[in-house]
Amino acid sequence: MLEVDGGIVFWILSFVILVSGFMVVSLKNVFHCALALVLCLFTVAGLYILLDAEFLAAAQVLIYVGSVAILLIFEVMLTSKLADKRITQSNDQALVGFFICTLFAVAAYLLIKFNTIWYPLAKSALPSDNILTIGKYLMTEFMLPFEVVSILLVAALIGAIALARTEKS
Amino acid sequence: MIWPIASAELLPLFSYLYELLESTGLPQPWLAVVVYTFLAALVFGVLSLLALFLVWWERKIAAHIQQRFGPMRHGWHGWYQTIMDAVKLLQKEDIRVATRDKTVFFWAPVVCFVAAFLAYVTIPFGEGLIVADLNIGILYIMAVTTFTVISLLMAGWGSNNKYALLGGMRSAAQVVSYEVPMVASILVVVLFVGSLSMVDIVQAQAGGIWNWYIFRLPYGPIAFCTYIIAATAEANRTPFDIPEAEQELVAGFNVEYSGMKFAMFFLAEFVNAFTVSAIAVILFFGGWHGALLPSWMWFLGKTFGIVLLLMLFRWTYPRLRVDQLMEFSWKFLVPVTFANIIIAAWFKYAGWYW
Repeated sequence: MLEVDGGIVFWILSFVILVSGFMVVSLKNVFHCALALVLCLFTVAGLYILLDAEFLAAAQVLIYVGSVAILLIFEVMLTSKLADKRITQSNDQALVGFFICTLFAVAAYLLIKFNTIWYPLAKSALPSDNILTIGKYLMTEFMLPFEVVSILLVAALIGAIALARTEKS
Repeated sequence: MIWPIASAELLPLFSYLYELLESTGLPQPWLAVVVYTFLAALVFGVLSLLALFLVWWERKIAAHIQQRFGPMRHGWHGWYQTIMDAVKLLQKEDIRVATRDKTVFFWAPVVCFVAAFLAYVTIPFGEGLIVADLNIGILYIMAVTTFTVISLLMAGWGSNNKYALLGGMRSAAQVVSYEVPMVASILVVVLFVGSLSMVDIVQAQAGGIWNWYIFRLPYGPIAFCTYIIAATAEANRTPFDIPEAEQELVAGFNVEYSGMKFAMFFLAEFVNAFTVSAIAVILFFGGWHGALLPSWMWFLGKTFGIVLLLMLFRWTYPRLRVDQLMEFSWKFLVPVTFANIIIAAWFKYAGWYW
């Protein structure tokens, strides 16, 4: 068994998340922003791995990097003329955005600080196979929310197709 | 925080190195860094050699299908032709377009190369020959291989060339569509094993050829067929190679790349072909299981068999049109794989274990 200090890894990951997150909103080229978003989402997956939530990490990469970010990049490429580098990001609402984000951050911090009961958890108390546990809970206790989310996603999918469909004359 | 290295107990060479380093009194974090670096270098070296071999093999097979000889001049039937090619590419001038997007152009081959090798963390080359047996094994591979698409998009955009851009966009559309049937066909096996870990999947198939999932499950052959079709598309190989269709797009996303950067794309492509074949072997052909020969030989042999299948596809089938490609995925593969999952779930529920 090797022991690795997770602290250093956490600081490195957090630094990359913050820098890439800032790049997403500050870079001029929209394509570069999308790539910075990919980096940001990927390092967030790294944080999940630090928390022993491997399934969440894999899902994060698979869904956000693998699908959402790719489609985002795809849209960037399709908008405006092909390969037009002049589409730039506008930061007109930076001040308002900053204000709202700060408010949100403070609110989240206060909520977590005062409203969460922290349990000290022994390492051995964690389920060794957390996918199994997630699967069981999704199929039993959280069946209803799971199904509701599924129906919502299907509705969104059908809605998107209905919007994008061109009527045949 | 403890990060276990699964192979510390399993891989003899690895545990030997570990003990050697531990006896020198190296502190723990540095020990981990050194051991992991060594392991990464080992996997990287082996895979690069494999990819070079596969390039030669592909050229020979293509040549023989077309009644040619292929490379003949370097060694027996040109066996070190690709090594010479690699040396040549290393020396070549790195031509860069003036209008390129500098950072994106530089990083695209790097991301592509790294993404191709990331999957090998959880691929067992033999009994105990695995870097880390993650309990999300197959899901991890599905996740990291998506970076290949991003690298292709980066290459397409960074080159500032309309052919490259079209190649990158086609690739993204294709991979996003074919990921659905690919994951769905993998799910059939995962459902039966009840685990995502690669080692668990292989061990569930122990004990003879009839325990391999392609023969053991009545719906196994269908799952294998849909998997191999989707995997061919994921690896951007003919008949699904519209991202680099030569007659339409010159060379697709890598048209502006030369020298070592091109070599990185090229090698990554063959590593990807090997990856999808290795996954097919692990899921459907019993992984490292086999009689008499050592386990890694069985694994490599079976994987080369699947790679051969991919190569035969490539040189015998014509390329699909874009709309045919999309329709084939969404209107044929997706319904078939979903029906397969439902059948598999029913079998599992009813307890009909073959």
